[in-house]
Amino acid sequence: MNLADQVLQYLLSGLVVGGIYALIGLGFVIVYSVTRVINFAQGEFAMLGALVMVTLTDRGIPMPVGFLLAALAGCGIGALLEGAAIHPIRRGSALTLLIITIGASIVIRGAALLVWGTDPLPLPAFTGGPPLQIGGAIIVRQGLWVLAVALAIFAGLWAFFTRTYAGKAVQACAIHPTASRLMGIRVDRMFLLAFTLAGGLGAVAGIVIAPITYATYDMGLMLGLKGFVAAVVGGLVSPPGAIVGGFLLGILESLTAGLVSSGYKDAVAFLILILICLAQVARLLPWRVVEEA
Amino acid sequence: MARFGVRPDTRALLVLAAVLAAIPLVVRSGYLLGILNFVGLNAIAAMGLTLLMGYAGQVSLGQAAFFGLGAYTSGILTATYAVNPWAAMAAAALLTGIVAFAIGTPIFRLSGLLLAMSTLGFGIIVYYVQVNWAALTGGPSGLTAIPPLSLGGFRIDNDRRFFYLVWGCALLLLALALNLADSRIGRALRAIHGGELAARMAGVDATRLKLQIFVVSAAITALAGSLYAHYLTFINPSPFGFGYSIELLVMVVLGGVTSLWGAFLGAGTLTILTEALRAIMPRLTGRTQAEYEIILFGLLLIGFMMFLPKGLAGLARGE
Repeated sequence: MNLADQVLQYLLSGLVVGGIYALIGLGFVIVYSVTRVINFAQGEFAMLGALVMVTLTDRGIPMPVGFLLAALAGCGIGALLEGAAIHPIRRGSALTLLIITIGASIVIRGAALLVWGTDPLPLPAFTGGPPLQIGGAIIVRQGLWVLAVALAIFAGLWAFFTRTYAGKAVQACAIHPTASRLMGIRVDRMFLLAFTLAGGLGAVAGIVIAPITYATYDMGLMLGLKGFVAAVVGGLVSPPGAIVGGFLLGILESLTAGLVSSGYKDAVAFLILILICLAQVARLLPWRVVEEA
Repeated sequence: MARFGVRPDTRALLVLAAVLAAIPLVVRSGYLLGILNFVGLNAIAAMGLTLLMGYAGQVSLGQAAFFGLGAYTSGILTATYAVNPWAAMAAAALLTGIVAFAIGTPIFRLSGLLLAMSTLGFGIIVYYVQVNWAALTGGPSGLTAIPPLSLGGFRIDNDRRFFYLVWGCALLLLALALNLADSRIGRALRAIHGGELAARMAGVDATRLKLQIFVVSAAITALAGSLYAHYLTFINPSPFGFGYSIELLVMVVLGGVTSLWGAFLGAGTLTILTEALRAIMPRLTGRTQAEYEIILFGLLLIGFMMFLPKGLAGLARGE
């Protein structure tokens, strides 16, 4: 394999992982822009989606049905989290809410550990067949599924936010909660809707990546943190920013693993996170990563 | 308000010191003393985070990295370069303080969630460096043959001797921290907590004070890490991961962020609960070596944040 083929290979694998980070990052963005909560449990939705899908598939439920049910399970957990832990203290400080979602992420992970144990569980690819050749590089078929599902979701979300009443209401809350309330939008319901959507987005990310990485109770932490970094790259309130951030992060990770050292692959995201924080402090960014208190 | 006679904190410290001094005379089991030693180490580390959370209103999600930096600085200096363990310990606290200063200087010019986010990133990077820089850190298998601390030929090399060392350090640091909290700096920090703008108007340099507390918090946590390294005499990266940062956060929230005593309550409760669960859960589930205790951590974190924001210390004071 010559260098050009290698780089193409890293780009392709980076795009696939990047699609996952983008989906999870979108969950962070939707929740943060409406509720100003950094939802640490976002990655756990992905883990739950993947594990529920594994169980449903094992029971012989057809994959498309399982996919829908697992995604709905993610929505349900998202809604439950909002109703049980966020809603009662929604006026708490940002740090209080952050710590609550950290607690929620640990509870979800621990519950999954009790139900599914520690072993990585396999999920069959959506469609069988050998990997495809693109130029000098190869991509597994599930990788194409990841990208296809991610693109479909991006399009669906875009349509939801720009073409539906509920989507516009969510956006209005993100822009100005008080004005939205004056216009008759139930801001409380939008909180719930944001968490429900984020739960579904996370679950879908977990479902589509599980055939490539296997599903384990502890996969959510890293996926969530990486998705968070993807969202931060775009400023935490910009859906297109999170998508770009996700793909950038996926590609940078993949290039680092291939060309520098695979041991430091997982550190790349956090280096980016620190650099972005520093860039904001130095006023180098045209947008703000987090609001300044 | 003027106080007369012995301050309540001083009295409590003396009582605690007396009780602790008696424990090794009564408790004969090395296993139990070992657990209490870990309570002491965790209490020191948690106290570092309490200072930051309770007195500077900031949260760090990378305290495990400071603990790990302390442990590895001690480990590398003594095991690889044969430096005197006490000097290594001082170097560990100093180096970690400098690192915290370097991170904090830019970050504290803003507040809010940036410190939480950047310490999170920093903590995970430090972990990967510990795993991957094998030439320096020994990689995943870590460092061995770290010498124990000794006092003029008296080697602190068993659970009983270390008990006195770790709890002596913990009480000394608690006394210093209580003193700090009751000083001009502590009052200024409480003023910032009450209303930063008002405090700034009254001439408090909030940014600088928060940064100082962050550096002190990191150095205290590094001391705990250094003690840990000389106690176990071997270290590897796994205890210094993100999970430990979260455990420290749980201890602080459980004990109560606004009380330095809370760090001790939280560390004691959580460490002992974890040990108990690790003994019980395998019998209930038939599986061993799984971190079931994390469910409890999560529930405690949510429950205390929602219903008991002043933690066990607040409960003890009847608030």
